Parts: sequence; C-alpha cells; structure tokens
Amino acid sequence: MSSTFRTHFPTLGNTVVARPVLTDEALDLLYHQNFTKKIKEAFEVFDHESKNTVDVREIGTIIRSLGCCPSEGELHDLLAEEGCEVWWMSVSLPLSKRFVEELEPTGYIRYEKFLPVMTKVLLERRYRPIPEDVLLQAFEVLDSAKCGFLTKEELIKHMTEEGDPISQEEMEEMLSAAIHPHSNSINYKEYITMMLIDEN
Amino acid sequence: MGSSTSIHHHFAFQNAEKAFKAAILIQRWYRRYVARLEMRRQCTWSIFQSIEYAGQQDQVKLHDFFSYLMDHFTPDSHQEKEFLDRMFTEERFPQEAEMEKYSDYESIEVPDSYTGPHLSFPLLPDHATALVEAFRLKQQLHARYVLNLLYEARKHLAQLPNINRLSTCYSEEITVCGDLHGQLDDLIFIFYKNGLPSPERAYVFNGDFVDRGKDSIEILMVLFAFMLVYPKEFHLNRGNHEDHLMNLRYGFTKEVMQKYKVHGKKILRILQDVFCWLPLATLIDEKVLILHGGVSDRTDLELLAKLDRHKIVSTLRYKIRKENDRQTEEKRKAHQTSSAQTSTPWFLPQSRSPPSLPFHLGSDKAHKASLSSSVPCSALLEHTELAWLGRRSVDQELERCQQRASFPGIWEKEEPLPQTSEAHTVPGELPEPTLQEWRQVVDILWSDPMMQEGCKANTVRGGGCYFGPDVTEQLLQKYNLQFLIRSHECKPEGYEFCHNRKVLTIFSASNYYEVGSNRGAYVKLGPSLSPYIVQYQANKATHMLTMRQRISRVEESALRALREKLFAHSSDLLDEFKKHDADKTGLITLTDWAAAVESVLHLGLPWRMLRPQLVNSSMNNTLEYRSWLKDLAKEQLSRENIQSSLLETLYRNRSNLETIFRIIDSDHSGFISLDEFRQTWKLFSSHMNIDITDDCICDLARSIDFNKDGHIDINEFLEAFRLVEQSSSEGQAADCPQSTNANDNGCSSSGAP
Repeated sequence: MSSTFRTHFPTLGNTVVARPVLTDEALDLLYHQNFTKKIKEAFEVFDHESKNTVDVREIGTIIRSLGCCPSEGELHDLLAEEGCEVWWMSVSLPLSKRFVEELEPTGYIRYEKFLPVMTKVLLERRYRPIPEDVLLQAFEVLDSAKCGFLTKEELIKHMTEEGDPISQEEMEEMLSAAIHPHSNSINYKEYITMMLIDEN
Repeated sequence: MGSSTSIHHHFAFQNAEKAFKAAILIQRWYRRYVARLEMRRQCTWSIFQSIEYAGQQDQVKLHDFFSYLMDHFTPDSHQEKEFLDRMFTEERFPQEAEMEKYSDYESIEVPDSYTGPHLSFPLLPDHATALVEAFRLKQQLHARYVLNLLYEARKHLAQLPNINRLSTCYSEEITVCGDLHGQLDDLIFIFYKNGLPSPERAYVFNGDFVDRGKDSIEILMVLFAFMLVYPKEFHLNRGNHEDHLMNLRYGFTKEVMQKYKVHGKKILRILQDVFCWLPLATLIDEKVLILHGGVSDRTDLELLAKLDRHKIVSTLRYKIRKENDRQTEEKRKAHQTSSAQTSTPWFLPQSRSPPSLPFHLGSDKAHKASLSSSVPCSALLEHTELAWLGRRSVDQELERCQQRASFPGIWEKEEPLPQTSEAHTVPGELPEPTLQEWRQVVDILWSDPMMQEGCKANTVRGGGCYFGPDVTEQLLQKYNLQFLIRSHECKPEGYEFCHNRKVLTIFSASNYYEVGSNRGAYVKLGPSLSPYIVQYQANKATHMLTMRQRISRVEESALRALREKLFAHSSDLLDEFKKHDADKTGLITLTDWAAAVESVLHLGLPWRMLRPQLVNSSMNNTLEYRSWLKDLAKEQLSRENIQSSLLETLYRNRSNLETIFRIIDSDHSGFISLDEFRQTWKLFSSHMNIDITDDCICDLARSIDFNKDGHIDINEFLEAFRLVEQSSSEGQAADCPQSTNANDNGCSSSGAP
C-alpha cells in the first residue's frame, strides 16, 4: 500500500514549510466519501418507507438534484445499463405531477444498486450541467429572427415537439415564469439569468 | 437548380438538426431545474410532516406526564386539593341530567341587535343554505342556535348505526370529502364547485372537521345543518380530532371560547358528547368502505358495528365507567397488604424502559383481566401497547388521587365516591367498551397505510398502526369489498392511491401547512364506483405565483418553523456540538453539525441538503457553532428582558403548556390564578427536568400587564411570548405591546397550519 501522503517542501524565504498534500488516490477517496453522504441523503428524501428503495420514477429527480444534467435518453440508457425496465417518458416527471390514471410501470431501485452507479457518475463527472453561455447559444439557435426574443408559439413548438418533448403541464410552468405578460414573448437572456439565481 | 436545391436542403437539414440539438439542451437544463425544485418541495414537505407528527408524539408524552402526576402528587393543602380537582373535573362522564342542563338553549335570548342568521327547527334546506351564505359573509351564529342545533344533531346521531350505508341506487352521485380542519373556505369552495347537498347529491365527510383552522365551529354548524335536512344523503364519520382532548391542544376549544365567551363552556360540553355519537364508518353499495384513518390486521367490522360507540369518549384515553373503577378499586384495596407501598403499582409503566408485563392484549382473557389486578402470564407487550394500557390504569390512579384529594387521611376507608350518584346503570344499557373494542376504534381512526407488508404499531402518531397492502387485501376479501377510502394524512395533491389502488387517501384542506403547500381534493362515486377526483386550491393568490415562487414561499415558512425548533433545543444542541469539539476550538465540521442536529431533534430530515438555508456562514466546511446558536436566538427573541434559555424552554413545551392551561382552566374562563400557574409550573418543571426557578417564572408572569388581581389571562401569557398566534384578527386586537406578525407553525393550536 502506498502511503496516502507525500510531503511537499516549498521554501518561503528562509522558512521551510512542510505541508501535507493528498495524493490523487486520497483525493478520490475523500470525494468518494463525500459523494456517499450526498447520494444517501438525496436518496432518503424519496425513500418514504425507509426501506432503502425509491420508486424508479423518482430516480431522474434524484440524479438531477445531485448536480447532473442528463437528457432523457441518457437517463434511459443509464437505467437500462443497470437492468431497469422503464418507460423513458415517465422517468422525467416528478411523481406528484403525474396523472395517476395513466398506466405506469412500477419498479423500485435499491440503494445498494443506486449508490455505486451514482458514485461512478459523479466521479466521472458525467452529465455535467450546461454553462450559461452554451445555454444562451441554444436559445439563439432557436431564435430565427435573432432579436433576443422568442414568441410563445415558437417556444411551445420547440419544447413540445422536438428533442425530448416536455409535457403540457411543464410547458405551462415554463411559460408562467418566462413569459412577458404584455408582449407575450420570452426574453431568453433575462429568463436564463433569473433561473440561474436559484442555482446556488 | 439541382445543386442549389440540394444545398438548400443541406442547410435546411443542418438547421433542423441544430434546432433539435438546441431544444434537447434547453430541455435537459429545464428538467434539471424542475428536479431541483421538486427536491426542495419534498424537503419542505418533510419538514412540515416531521414537525406535525413530532407534535402528536408530544401528546403521548403529555399523558405520561399526567400519569407521573398521579404517582407523585399528594395534595398537602386544601388549595392543592382544589387544584387537582380543577385539573380533572373534565374527566367525568356527562350524564343525561347534565346533558339537559347543558343543552338548555331556550332560556338564552337572542337580542334584537343580533344581525346573524336565525334558525328554526325543524330545519329546512333553505336554512342550511342561508347558514353557508351567512358564514361566507363572516357572520357568527348566536349561541342559542348553536346549542339548539347541537341538541338536534345529537338526537339524530344517537339513532344512527356505527356503520352507515349508502347506495348509489338512491343517490346517483356520492361525493366523499376528507379532512377540513376548520378551513371554511375549502368547504364553501366544495359546495360551490360541486353543488350543495341534495337528495340527488349525497355527501360523506370523513372526519377531522375541527382543529387547526380558524372556523371549526362554523364548519360543524354547516355539516350538522345539512345532516338534519338530508338525513339519508348526508353522512359524517368521526375523525381522531373529533375528541375533546385533541381539541384542548389543537385549537378548537380555544376557538369556541373566543367566539362564545358566555356560552362556550356549554357548547363544549355538549360537543364532547356529540363527538362520541358520530358514526365510525360509511359503506357504499356494500363495496366501498369509508373511514377516517385506516385498518389493522385485527379490524373486525362486525365488532365495530356492534359496540357502543358512545362510550368511547376519547381515543387518547381508555376510560371505563366509574362503577367498574370503584369495583376494581375495592378489589385492589382488598388484595393490598399493608400499604406502606406508595411506589408505582406494577401495572403502571415504571420508567421509560418497557417492563416485562405479563399481558397479551387481544385475548379474551385480556379484557376481563384489565378490570382486575391479577393477570395471566403471557407474551411481552409492545411498548406502545403498554403505553395505552398504562393510560387505562392512569384512570384508576386518577380515581385514587381524587379520593385522596377529597378525603385527606381517610383513603383507606371504603368511602363512596362523590360521583356515585351518577354511576347508576340505565336499564337496557349496552355493555362497557372493552379494551378490545376501544382498540378497534383507535385503529380505524389513527392508522396509516404503508408500502411494506404487515402491520406494525404507529409509533409516529402514538396510536393505531401502519398497515400494509396485505392487510388491506385481507380485509377487502374478508368483507367482499372493492376498496377503501380514508383521510387522516395530508397529501400534496389532495389525494393519493396506494396498495394497488385499493386504498384512496382523500384530504380536503388545501394549503394545510402554508399557503401554497398542497391542494385539496374530493372524490365522486357513481354507480360504477370508479373514483373521479377533483382537486382545488382555495386561495386565489397562489394561482398567480409560479411554481418556483410557490415553493419558495412554502419553503420559507417551513424553514422558519425549523429554525424555531432548533432554537427551542439550543442548550441540547450546544452540548452535542461540544462533544464533537474535543479540542475546544469553537468549530465543528458541517458533517458533524448535521449529525449533532439529528441526534438532538430526531426529525429524520436531510440536514446536509437543508444546511445552506440554515447555516449562513461557514468557512472551510466548518462552523462556529456558538455564534450560529446566537444568531438563531436573535431571530426568535422579541423581548430583551427574557433569558433566552427560558424562552427556549417555553418554546419547546408550549403546546403542552397550553394544553395544561386549558385543562386547569376548567371553567374555560381564559383565566387561571397565579397560584395555579405556579403549581403547574412546579410540577411540570420537576417532571421535565427543567432548570428554571420558580421566581424566574413568577417574575415573568408578573411582568406581563395583568390586572394585578392575581389572575393570568392564558392567551395573553402565551401570546406575549409568541407562543401562539395573536388572537383572531377579526376585530379582536390583542392588548399586547409586542404584536408580531410571526406565522406560528408546527404544533401551534390555531391559525392556518
């Protein structure tokens, strides 16, 4: 076993300072431990029965609240990797926003299974969040007139018909926050700034 | 042409592809945003729920306090004896003669100046409708009509069976509503949206009409009025809050006394009886069972149908009639050898450790055994079951103490009890509720469903059980039912299916914890019996807010309640922090902070996630805990002359304090004497190991502006320390120098939460 510390001796004028520095291994271990606590806590929020299981439909929420930003497809793939059969649409919506009348698959994910998968995801820095400027560019791509605004219809069309379509309800939510009441359009730069304030 | 078109197509394709990718990017980002909100919402929900249930556990602890009281308090003086009497006069069974006295409404005159609604009996549908309208206009019903209505309601309820039956053949549409908890706006909304009750529109209200909200009495008036007008189509089930002991703590008692200063006591007395007469369950088409809490693995519908529900006064205390008490008392005295033994009788819990009681509840021998002191040996009891049993014997002890209080020094004699005259048997009376029957009722009023299979004691609530899908299935099969409708638990969407859609929870009090916290819902059933659910949120303001704003608002409220709870445990927290700070640096890591907080509060909350909102400044992952605690205190302290430790104690125990005050104030005048207050405090602090001197408390009490005649206005006292919300804003300005606009959350007895 290699030692976890090696000392580094910079000279500061005439003083010699010994300062322990963590090896990559040790750093990994440290992150690992921190990850475990974070993952456990996020998991437990949705483990309503304290049985170390969560409904598979909440997994998307958990993964995203841990800082990851996967697309629906990526989420589906991740779960498929772990052998979970799910309908990829239902994974994205929080449980509380679903109409219970829909036919839904049931399934549970155990903590023991989730932890190593999620740890790997965090260690590998998969599904990193999108930087603000890239997000802005994305909006600009959709803004065919290049005027800094998207009309309500444009946004609805893009969000509900392309990519990984979002639901009617989520669309309404998005609009309620984004839309300018008078012009009925969305100043996306302002919108991004406003939303990112919450991202502390 | 060819080439330009293909280039055009190429660009078009590229653009489309770019747009597609851009859309995905935005959607990814947006979904993450929504997930974070959802996480916050869920955390907020956990905060409210854990605080609410912790409050209910408090109730259990309060009863332990009373049993302690019974053990250790020997009245030395006439004053103290009187004090005890006052404490426990509430516990008497109301007898018929008394009932007549309490429901004497005819002598009450309605002055000409009264502008509220008038009622005449028998009630007509128009009266009931007019009542709803009057309440919508914020009028108050005169005490005479309240009493009259309650009297008629009681008469009607008394002839109903325990389990009422409805059929969709007669009423095509049956609407079932859940908990209302004094929120009149929700009731009015339901009638507005769904229509008023009528022979074609049947309603079932599934308990918990009162407590917490501010219009409980109005809700009761409306519900009873419609019940009298449409007796076949309008049904009520009893909830765990239809219970005078719960009302003492959760606000209904206070509401009645505030609104009806002169006749409130009468109203409360007759209500106590009316609640006992509420039916226990409703059955639709013999297929859908509606009851308030849930079921257990020993739920026996036949037994429930047969028992005398009127004898079950409160699901918090198992009372049997005085007669049996006396018999048992005599038996015990006969068995007792030289009674130098003043130590706790074997059947009372000795301390917090569960004793090895040789008792197996639920067996046939059990209820006989519970009435005598010799007991067959069997299995060990579960701790909660023990607590209930302990409670039952508390009543025996109660009797003993009352006797001693009334006849100091001669308790050895077989002196007849003062209440003997009331304990005569009425011919044709049904047998006493046995422990088994009482537990049946507790189970259906307090249980919650769980996802796991099985059936285990509901330790969170302190009563009833958690029942799994197998228990549900077993019950449905046994009685050939299709599904269960219950309430009792607040749900974010106002409803929730579980157990493979065999159990439906329906909760009708929207914004229960805070404006924007949840929707309310009701369910409609037609002949097909397939549930149709309608949701609502009775507050226009929330519709204007975005989800983010709504969540932020509710979150802020929850965090405030949480910070208050943290403050209330400052001393314990400090001790715990110190344990993690062996080197006395004054710092602890944030991880240790989370562990320490959980070990003190036991709320099971995701502290690491909540940390950014609870801890403002932390450097290098460490926290200066002393200054953090100081900041917490600063937020809560409204008066400088109070020691923060005293306030902390008051906060922690305020619900108990208020409940005790209201019990002491048995004539519901709102005043207790300084002496009584001191005595209560003395007892309370010795039991709870509170380290506050009597002088300190007395100074405090005196520092509030009393009328200096030695009486404390309970409300003034509690309000002065922001222990409860200020008196109702409807015109009654509290005469308190320190008006606050604090929203009182958690275990508060009044206000929205």
